[in-house]
Amino acid sequence: MSSVATIRTLNPLADHTVSARLAKKQTRHIREQLIEGMLFLAASVSVVVTIGIVLILLTESYQFFQHVSLVDFLTDKQWTPLFDDAHYGIMVLLSGTLVSSFVALAVAIPLGTMIAIYLSEFAPFAVREIAKPFLELLGGVPTIVYGYFALLYVTPALQFFFPGLPGFNLLSAGLVMGIMIIPYISSVSEDAMRAVPMAMREGSYAMGATRFQTAVRVVTPAAFSGLAAAYILGISRAVGETMIVAVAAGMQPNLTWNPAEPAATITAYIVQVALGDLPHGSIGYQTIFAAGLTLMLLTLFFNVVGHLMKRRFRQVY
Amino acid sequence: MADMTVAEIRALITNHKRWDLIFATVGVLALMVGVLTFVALFAGMVMDGAHRLSWDFFANFPSRRAENAGILSAWVGSTLVMLVTAVTAIPVGVAGAVYLEEYAAKNWMTDIIEINVTNLAGVPSIIYGLLALGLFVYKFGFGQSILSAGLTLALLILPVVIVATREAIRSIPGVIREGAYALGATKWQTTADHILPYSLPGILTGVIIGLARAIGETAPIITIGALTFIAFLPPAPFAGDPPAGAFDWLFAPFTVMPIQMFNWTSRPEAAFHQNAAAAGLVLVVMTLSMNALAIYIRYRLRKNIKW
Repeated sequence: MSSVATIRTLNPLADHTVSARLAKKQTRHIREQLIEGMLFLAASVSVVVTIGIVLILLTESYQFFQHVSLVDFLTDKQWTPLFDDAHYGIMVLLSGTLVSSFVALAVAIPLGTMIAIYLSEFAPFAVREIAKPFLELLGGVPTIVYGYFALLYVTPALQFFFPGLPGFNLLSAGLVMGIMIIPYISSVSEDAMRAVPMAMREGSYAMGATRFQTAVRVVTPAAFSGLAAAYILGISRAVGETMIVAVAAGMQPNLTWNPAEPAATITAYIVQVALGDLPHGSIGYQTIFAAGLTLMLLTLFFNVVGHLMKRRFRQVY
Repeated sequence: MADMTVAEIRALITNHKRWDLIFATVGVLALMVGVLTFVALFAGMVMDGAHRLSWDFFANFPSRRAENAGILSAWVGSTLVMLVTAVTAIPVGVAGAVYLEEYAAKNWMTDIIEINVTNLAGVPSIIYGLLALGLFVYKFGFGQSILSAGLTLALLILPVVIVATREAIRSIPGVIREGAYALGATKWQTTADHILPYSLPGILTGVIIGLARAIGETAPIITIGALTFIAFLPPAPFAGDPPAGAFDWLFAPFTVMPIQMFNWTSRPEAAFHQNAAAAGLVLVVMTLSMNALAIYIRYRLRKNIKW
């Protein structure tokens, strides 16, 4: 078939067929170009989203900082933007966010790391095959369900041990948040550990080291940059987590470093304002964007630290 | 070392081996903390909420009286929002991933897009809510509607879809592409006829995981101002006068499952907490079965395809 076609195009008497074939190729080329353009547009959506987030947060926060000075924002010890005597001290919300995140990470980092070491270095194949998907499922539970659990099960259980504990507190929100974050930390850490070349373990075993010695002194240090990435991911999750703290920690702004007290986090404040009916463009409406910007900068800060740590401890095999 | 007796060395080895055992136990215990929490959570919700699960619970609107309240407006709202999310996120995400894997030149523009996708996956979900509030609700004038919510969640799961699709495409060996090119196929023909069909299971896994995440997501939807008490349904799709009326439902106020559960959880009465448990049960079963389906598809994929 194709050889016949080639002969025909070479025949000077059949010039019109050559031009027709070329014309067809031209449309094909245009179509390819069009499709590539559309695919490029789809890929750029992510960039547009990022620009959109930054623009929205900055413009609304700019409006906010026309009313409130940056010094007040950073140093005021009260957060009462919806009262007549309005104060805008972000430290109040920041303290709630940091305390609940600290509690969560105190649970998630040790447990997540231990699970990762166990699954990567100790667990038999069958256990790993069951545990990994299960942990993944755990990460898929909606956070509002965790919030319900924290408020109605964990808090009463804690009150059994600490009778003075208020119904809303950062402790139970933080503990449940920690459980929620375990799968994120354990799966990223485990991937990092399994990426450590087998030869390093074999070398360690050949020197007479036990499994535990190999895991702790060879594999963990070698995978450290991956572990750092896992911890940073966990911190980002904890700082940005909303529903658990909104439900279980109460929404009362409270400058405290004590996890046994109720307090509002940055995210809980945004939820509280959004639940009410604030007019578009009012100062109350703008506070949630200023709070959001703070949250974004906080996440960015941890990510930059994580990136630097990763570079510092990067091992190349 | 040299002056140790055999007995001493044996004792040392036993001691070290003991640490192996201790750590293995600790590892299992750590794993159990996760497992037991989940079991407690699920069992607690079954005990408190299972008796509320009845036909009426799915067919009733929320109500002031806890025993009459149901999740009709919530599950209808969730379904419609998911529809908008899926219709937006799947084409854009898959197309973006195809561009990055098959078309993109190695230059700074591609680098920017790639870094962006990675970073977007780490942005807290409530920030997407703020973006949607400023952009969709007020600037575009979509209001506090199903459309705004669906688009917000679509942006939220876009990185999930893109990453999963890229991984699926990357696992297809180059010989498949070379074979298609050798037969004179264009780049798009190769992509549409070979790359996409072969990466379908992988894409599906990512899409299902993304949608499962979107269905349980509460914070961004609260932020755009979804109402918590809705005792009516949005107009049925394609019921109004075409062409404009057919899409009335997109602009209707709505509520979704997680918001309904949040509303019931934050009430003081125990009877509403039982409703919250029942709604949570529905939500957990829904997200878990979606995730389980995704894990199953991936498992099948790993078992069946050997290039």
